[in-house]
Parts: sequence; structure tokens; C-alpha cells
Amino acid sequence: MGLFILRRVGVMILTGLCLTFLVFTLTNLYPNLEKLAKTQGNFRMSDEEVSSYLERNGYLQPMVVKYGEWLGVLPSYRHENTDGTIQGRCILPGKTPEESPDFCGVLQGYWGFSTVFKDEVGSIIGTRLSLTGKLMFWVMVLMVPSALILGVLSGMKEGSKTDRTLSTVAITTTATPEYVSGVILIAVFASSTVGLKWFKGTATSAMESANFENFFLPVLTISLYGMGYIARMTRASMAEVMTAQYIRTARLKGVSFPNIVVKHALRNALIAPFTVIMLQFPWLLNGVVIVETLFNYKGFGWTLVQAASNNDIELLLGVSVVSVFVVLVTQLISDIGYVYLNPRISVT
Amino acid sequence: MEPLSWFDIITRVFLQFMPVWISLVVLFTLSIVYKRRLGLYGKLFDSTIGMIGFALVMFWVFTGIFGAFDMIVTHDPLAQVSGMKNKLPGTPLTNPDEGQYAYYLFGGDNLARDVFSRMIKGAWIVVQIAPLATLFAFMVGITLGLPAGYYGGRLDTLLSFLANLILAFPVILLFYLLVTPEIVETGIPSYMATVLFVFPIIFVGVLLNSRYKTQPKLRAPLLICVLGIMGWLYLSLISEIGTKVSVLPGFLDLFDVPSGILVVFVSVVFVNSPTVFRIVRGLAMDIKTRDYVAAAQTRGEGPWYIMLWEILPNARGPLIVDFCLRIGYTTILLGTLGFFGLGLSPESPDWGTTINDGRRLLQIYLHPALVPAISLLSMVLGLNLLADGLREESLRD
Repeated sequence: MGLFILRRVGVMILTGLCLTFLVFTLTNLYPNLEKLAKTQGNFRMSDEEVSSYLERNGYLQPMVVKYGEWLGVLPSYRHENTDGTIQGRCILPGKTPEESPDFCGVLQGYWGFSTVFKDEVGSIIGTRLSLTGKLMFWVMVLMVPSALILGVLSGMKEGSKTDRTLSTVAITTTATPEYVSGVILIAVFASSTVGLKWFKGTATSAMESANFENFFLPVLTISLYGMGYIARMTRASMAEVMTAQYIRTARLKGVSFPNIVVKHALRNALIAPFTVIMLQFPWLLNGVVIVETLFNYKGFGWTLVQAASNNDIELLLGVSVVSVFVVLVTQLISDIGYVYLNPRISVT
Repeated sequence: MEPLSWFDIITRVFLQFMPVWISLVVLFTLSIVYKRRLGLYGKLFDSTIGMIGFALVMFWVFTGIFGAFDMIVTHDPLAQVSGMKNKLPGTPLTNPDEGQYAYYLFGGDNLARDVFSRMIKGAWIVVQIAPLATLFAFMVGITLGLPAGYYGGRLDTLLSFLANLILAFPVILLFYLLVTPEIVETGIPSYMATVLFVFPIIFVGVLLNSRYKTQPKLRAPLLICVLGIMGWLYLSLISEIGTKVSVLPGFLDLFDVPSGILVVFVSVVFVNSPTVFRIVRGLAMDIKTRDYVAAAQTRGEGPWYIMLWEILPNARGPLIVDFCLRIGYTTILLGTLGFFGLGLSPESPDWGTTINDGRRLLQIYLHPALVPAISLLSMVLGLNLLADGLREESLRD
């Protein structure tokens, strides 16, 4: 088991390095840097001014070197200006070059500076991530139990009328992406002209104080899309368990049907959905980006859109690292959990 | 003129869709009459769910095709008519010209364009791109997944690692990294197109070569013809005057794909192919242990013959089902791209862009966003139901 986890972690770190290098390369291509120089300086910069700006800030070094500096394994670039002062990524305003460290990258905890929000990337991501964490928590609270109940109810008696109805519901929710269900939900529950006016159509106020009125619609929108998929997995796994020999034995012994479902079937039927729920995280991340944009909830997904559309290179890199990290860690947990829950699978 | 009542609107919309209804009725009558001779497709008409799904899908396919010939649309989807801004469904035009349709059936959007006509034109964009992009993703996934599953070993480890790499990316981040104008300027999407679009040629080439290897007289002309035509299509598809990839002179270039559409197409294929790869790889690993594969190996057939003519046909059931589901997923992805204003032009009538336009005023005017939202929902739902029906019927064999 220990070796298995070690190997998985090794592959995970390798994947993480490859992905961050890919994102780094794509965000540090010359057209992006040129745009950065022009937004930081002025829009009428000549080509020479652009390249001298980039040279001063160390953007013209080879890609691998820049990546190493950003990661914090290579000493960071320093440029000596004509007046003798030294500037560099690690030298913060008000510090002398001697006081500043040689290495400043992600490994040292320095994530860079956001050009859009005019703040440290690390602290932006921290605040935004906690807002999204709140959203995700309630999504999980709503989605997981309802999906499991839906799946168990329809998988209990395969082919019955309940099964047909609930399966159709599950298919419909998987066919409804967040930007469609969000629009429909706002139209029905929040529109100021014809709708029921039960909830609010924006979740901006939920950032400080979330309540049922301003937070339910975004939570529901994300939950709906993921729910159908988990429910279908649970149904398939439940239906398979219900045909097993030990369930038949229990029935013949005269155990009541609810007892069979709760005590004998449920535990075995929930192994597969567990991995699915874990693997759902990357999809939820997509949903979060759409829903936060739609409901104007300024969390992590909203920050991703802002960083990407405003060419905020260091913030976008930070956001990518965090999201790739979340995806990889959930994959790892789902692998380990699967082996742990299912005694029939051995890692050796 | 008075605005139309809801009943009038429904009747008029129904009449406007007349060519679609006729085609649907003809298609269904023919299919049900001959269903016993049509294999898996015919069996679809035994399941109610599958039939409903198929009807929904074909409704949008016919709508898209007829819409492309300007048959169902009532107005130009880009034309702005004065005084029709954000008007409710069924509003008459203030002073219609001779021969102009006198009403906006589903109302006007925030630029005074006809929501109904834009919905129809949007269907054509989806019907054009989604199945084709899915097909390309399947070609890539099959060409790489079969050898990975069949040979295993180092090749499998490498390809799986690459597939997992792409899968670990949040899709939206990938779109933002690939589809921004700065990246398009560097030509990366064009180079990716150059690589990805080679796979169908490799696939067909290997497919025919492995089949007709024993008949050299037939093989040589067949391969030259097929690969020649596909190569020409490939070169005209990727080469574009004035971009980074421009290899064909203008007079040989058969068609020009607008670069926005090409970029969208490439990124959707790129996102989809790793999943297809994983499915095909899993199926190949399962099927290669069967007796008929061992029989073919003993006969001395080559590995590619076994992969493409023994394993692939026997994996068709799950692949067809996944193909339907994946078209639906591609439709969702296209909508996502439109929703974030990536790739397609902001005037484009595709559903994602229209939803994005309409959502700004969603609190006051519902119809500009609601109409494309429900269209997209019904189309994806149709594809999912179709896949469900197919799965049930193919399991019954």
C-alpha cells in the first residue's frame, strides 16, 4: 500500500510539473508578453520600448529558465539599470538587493503580483478560494445525499415505474449544462417581471452573508448537473448488487425489503459512487466558473475568468496551479479510497 | 397591428416548421415500416425512449439543414429592425416592408434582432460542428487507443500519461489558454489542427491497407485514390492564406474555414479525444483476450488487421452509444465557448453566444436567453435519450 501511494504521488508530481510548465509556456508566449508590456507601460510603446521593458523584467530569458525562477529552483533574474540601481522579481519596493532573497518562486511561497487586482496573488487566491469553498460545501451538502437517494431508489427495483421516472430525471439533469439550468432557474424563480420572485438572481451579496434567498440558486445550479451523473452510477451499482446471491438469500430468509436495502445492499453499492463523487471535482470546477460568472459571485472561478480575459499572467498561473492541484489530489484520493473500500482489489 | 396571442404564436411557429414536420413524418414512417431490415438502427424503433430521443435530435438536424437554406427563418438573423429592441414574443413589426414577415415570433433581442431566426441559424452551427468534431475525436482516440490497448507496455504508459495530462486540465482553463486572440496569433491552434487532422488519414490508410494487403492489384489504386482525395481535403482544411499554415496556393484551396470556427473545432477535438482514447484502450484490452483474436493471430494476420478488423467491429456497441453521448457533450462545450465569448464572433447566432448576450438583461427580458437555452437543452436531452435507447437495444442482443 505504501509503495502504491508513493508511486501515485510520484506520477502526480510529474503530471503537475508538466501541466504547470505547459500553462507557463502558453501564458508566456511573446504576444502575451507584448500585451503585458503595453498594459503596464502605455499602449503606444514602440517595438524597441517593448523589448527593453521585457528585457528589464527578465521576460526574454529562455522559457525553461523563467519557469525555474517562477518555481523557485533557480535564482531569480536581476537587472542593473543605467543609474546603477538593481531591480528584480524578488526585490520588493522598499528593500535593498542585499536584503532580498535569491530565490523567490512558488516553492518559497511567493506567487507573484496580480496586475488586475493590484495585490499579491497568494492572498487573492486565498480569499477567493475560501468563497468558493463555501459554495462547494453547500453544493456537496445538497448534491451528494440527493443523488444517492435518487440512485438507490431507482436501482432498488430495476425497470419499475419509479426507476423509469427517476432515470429520466437523472438524464435530464445531465443534459442541462449550468448555463442553461441557471438561465431557466433565474427566469422561473428570480425574474422581476414574470417569475415567482422567490430568490435573488445574483449572489453578490452572498459573499458577505449567505442566506437561503441569495445562495440557493447558484448551489442548486451546480448540484443539478453533477447530480444526474452520480445518481446514474449509484443506480447501476445498486442494480448490480440487488441481483447478487446474498441478497436473494436474505430475501428467502424473510428479511424485510427495507432492511435488505439499508443493511445488505447499500454498503456494497456505495463503493462505485464514492470514486465518481471524487472524480466529479474537476467537473464541479467547470460548473463553478460558469455559475460564478452567471450569478456574479466573486470566487475562484470568477477570478479565473478575470485573470484569463485581462492577460494577468501571474494570477492565471496561480489559479491554474491550484486547480490542477485540486484535480490531481482528488484523483489520488479516489484511487486510494477505491482500493481501501473494495477488498477484492489488491494493489500488488 | 395587435400583438399575437400565445395561441397564435404557437400556431405560426408550428406552420413555420412545416418542412421539418414533413421530413420527420416521412423518416419515421419509412424507418418503422422497414425496421426489421435496418439492424441496430431499426431496433431503435422498439424503444419509446430511443424514439423520443431520435425525434428530438432529428428535429434539430432538419431544422439546421432547412435553416441553412433559409427555409424556416422569418428574418435575417443579423438584421436589426428599428423599434423591435427587447420586444416580447409575437410583437408585430412597426412598418414592415413588402414581403417581410410581419411579426417577431419569439420577440427581439437587445440589438433588435429576431430571436426565432437566430435560434434556427444557431441550430445549423451546432449541427455542422458537433458531429464532425466528435467524429474527428473518435478517429484520434481510436488510432491511438487501439495500439495502446493491444500492445500495452511502454507505448501504453506513455500515451496514457499524455491522455491523463490533458484530462487533468479544467476544460475552461484550457479553452482560455487556447482560444485567446494572442495564442491564435502565434499559430498554435493551426499547428494543432495540422497534427490532429492527420489522424483520419492515418486511420483510413491503415484500415484499407491492412484489409487489402493480400490483393496488391486492388490495394495500390484504392489507396492512391482515397489518400489522394483525403490529403487534398486535409491540405485545404488546414491551409489558410495569411495565417501561419499556408501551404497550398489559393487556386488549389477547395474551401476556407473561418479561422474562428477552426480554432473552436480544434479545441473541442483536443478536449474530447483523451476520453475516447481511454474508452477504446479499455475495450481493446478486454477484447484482445478473446478466442477470435487468438484465432486471427494463429492465422498469421498482422497486428493492424487484428486491431481494426477484429477488435474494432466487436467494440462498436459501446462506441456508438458513447458517440451519441459525446455529441451531446460537444454541444455543451460549444455552448460553453459561446457563453464565455471565446472563438466565435460576438454576432454569431450560435446558442451559447446568444445565451451570453441575453443573460445581461435576464432579470427583465427573459425570451432572448430562454429560447436558445431550451433549444440546447432539448437537443442534448435528445442525444442522451437516444444513447440510452441504443444502449438498451444493443444489450438485448
